[in-house]
Amino acid sequence: MPLVLEPGMNSSDIVLSVNNIEVIYDHVILVLKGVSLEVPRGGVVALLGANGAGKTTTIKSISNILGTERGEVTKGSIEFMGERVDALSPNELVKRGVVQVMEGRHCFEHLTVEENLLTGAYTRKATRTEINDDLELVYSYFPRLKDRRRSQAGYTSGGEQQMVTVGRALMAKPSVILLDEPSMGLAPQLVEEIFEIVKALNEKEGVTFLLAEQNTTVALRYATYGYILENGRVVMDGDAGSLAQNEDVKEFYLGMSGGDRKSFRDVKHYRRRKRWLA
Amino acid sequence: MSPAVLNTIEVFLNGLMAGVMYSLVALGFVLIFKSSGIFNYAQGVMALFAALTLVGFQTGQIPFAHLINVVFGTDYHHWGEGMNTVLAIILTMLIMILLAWIVEKLVLRYLVNQEPIILFMATIGLAFFLEGLGDLMWGANIKVLNVGLPSGGSFWWEDVTRTWASEGSDYYGMYIDVLDVWAAGIAVVLVVALTAFSQFTKTGRALRAVADDHQAALTVGISLRTIWVVVWSIAGFVALVAGIMWGAKSGVQFSLSLIALKALPVLILGGFTSIPGAIVGGLIIGVGEKLFEYSVGPMIGGATENWFAYVLALFFLMFRPQGLFGERIIERV
Repeated sequence: MPLVLEPGMNSSDIVLSVNNIEVIYDHVILVLKGVSLEVPRGGVVALLGANGAGKTTTIKSISNILGTERGEVTKGSIEFMGERVDALSPNELVKRGVVQVMEGRHCFEHLTVEENLLTGAYTRKATRTEINDDLELVYSYFPRLKDRRRSQAGYTSGGEQQMVTVGRALMAKPSVILLDEPSMGLAPQLVEEIFEIVKALNEKEGVTFLLAEQNTTVALRYATYGYILENGRVVMDGDAGSLAQNEDVKEFYLGMSGGDRKSFRDVKHYRRRKRWLA
Repeated sequence: MSPAVLNTIEVFLNGLMAGVMYSLVALGFVLIFKSSGIFNYAQGVMALFAALTLVGFQTGQIPFAHLINVVFGTDYHHWGEGMNTVLAIILTMLIMILLAWIVEKLVLRYLVNQEPIILFMATIGLAFFLEGLGDLMWGANIKVLNVGLPSGGSFWWEDVTRTWASEGSDYYGMYIDVLDVWAAGIAVVLVVALTAFSQFTKTGRALRAVADDHQAALTVGISLRTIWVVVWSIAGFVALVAGIMWGAKSGVQFSLSLIALKALPVLILGGFTSIPGAIVGGLIIGVGEKLFEYSVGPMIGGATENWFAYVLALFFLMFRPQGLFGERIIERV
């Protein structure tokens, strides 16, 4: 895939670049068939696509926790700040500032909300006051967590658990957060709230985001750039604005057709004729 | 007080003491279960192995002596007079840490994120391996372990309790083994230290995080490998303590590995995830089986101690599967 560099941007502005990676699970299942993408410093990049397109796999290959699922990056390379990081252990990567927030709200259920947040700072060698300041910072973004700081995370609501996982990632002082499916299982209003926080973190704290998301409408509204994955390949990429205007994206991901209503038969025919991956 | 009441009190106290010994083993199980979700079947064997190693160092045995003699036709047994007990304990602890490191290196690292049952099977394998290794290194004969802890009945307590009996009875006084009292004290110290470690330190918090979710722990930068070596080292330490106490009480013998089975009902009662639970569970089992044997035993032919704990555990499984102090099984609907 050709590098898409905007005018005035040079390669040092790219914090994270994934070059043509191939991922195989269990030695036989080919999931990613050459995915390349770039995340510029301070950007919010969206990885879009349907179930099974390879969004999560891409994220996990960057954070390097594929090994725990018998997955393996067999080709290509992953660079962070210009250095290869594909062989680094997950904790080394967190130390360098790349933190993943897993899909499905993986908070530590039996720890309290505050303890959950504190685990986020595990890799840092920080003083007690620094940690407390960061806790306060997280609470300023998620005031609700402050009220619930002493409750066991397993008993908090789905939205609060998602906030815990994002807050926990923040405690690592990351430069890049890999956010996997933040909207999963949340009410539309909460999805909006989470994305507002992503935006605020991006603007005020300078955190770069790579987010995998099925909810294309919301994602394209908050992202600066987007990649569309299908069957383990990037089939389209571009500025969030231009993607949102693209006819095919509208048709397949945003659920909007060209204006006048089509009969369902025509739609099916159209889908059959127009396979993106011929 | 009448001798009957005093006898019951004596049975109760001895039950408590026996319970403490069970708790010591159960503690090791809880530690590993809490922080890695693994039911470590090898915990009892680890206690045995630690005790064997300790005796070996103490008495100056040459490891693998039998093997060496068979292969080379030599006749080595001991390299000298043995060493100071404290030094031997420290060396044994180092061996247990080394063991933890090897277990992580050869077994656990390949089983990240696997089903608990697979990890459990791995520990069964480990138990057999360790038992064989212990045999090969130190020999299978029963050994005497003396670490300098006082043992035997307490005369002071006997005298005190004799005065409690009502006038004219020929009550002899209560028997309590001083070693058991020491074991109780050590168990208390261990529990306080371990609870503080798990609740108030960064590593302790990380241990609990790993227990909840391996993958999420990885994503916040917790190194599973480090954590597991730490956990298994601590479990090795607890195994060493249990091995010392049991070895001092009943000699270092291979049936020691079977005390692990007694820890199972203790855990079901106390909860697999609770350190205080391991202690309270042990005490209940200890007191329960002694009192039952004393009161009901004679009526039904005795030997109730062999099964009482398991029946009690069975009832617990029916009515409170997470145990007395276990973490509630959180299920959101």
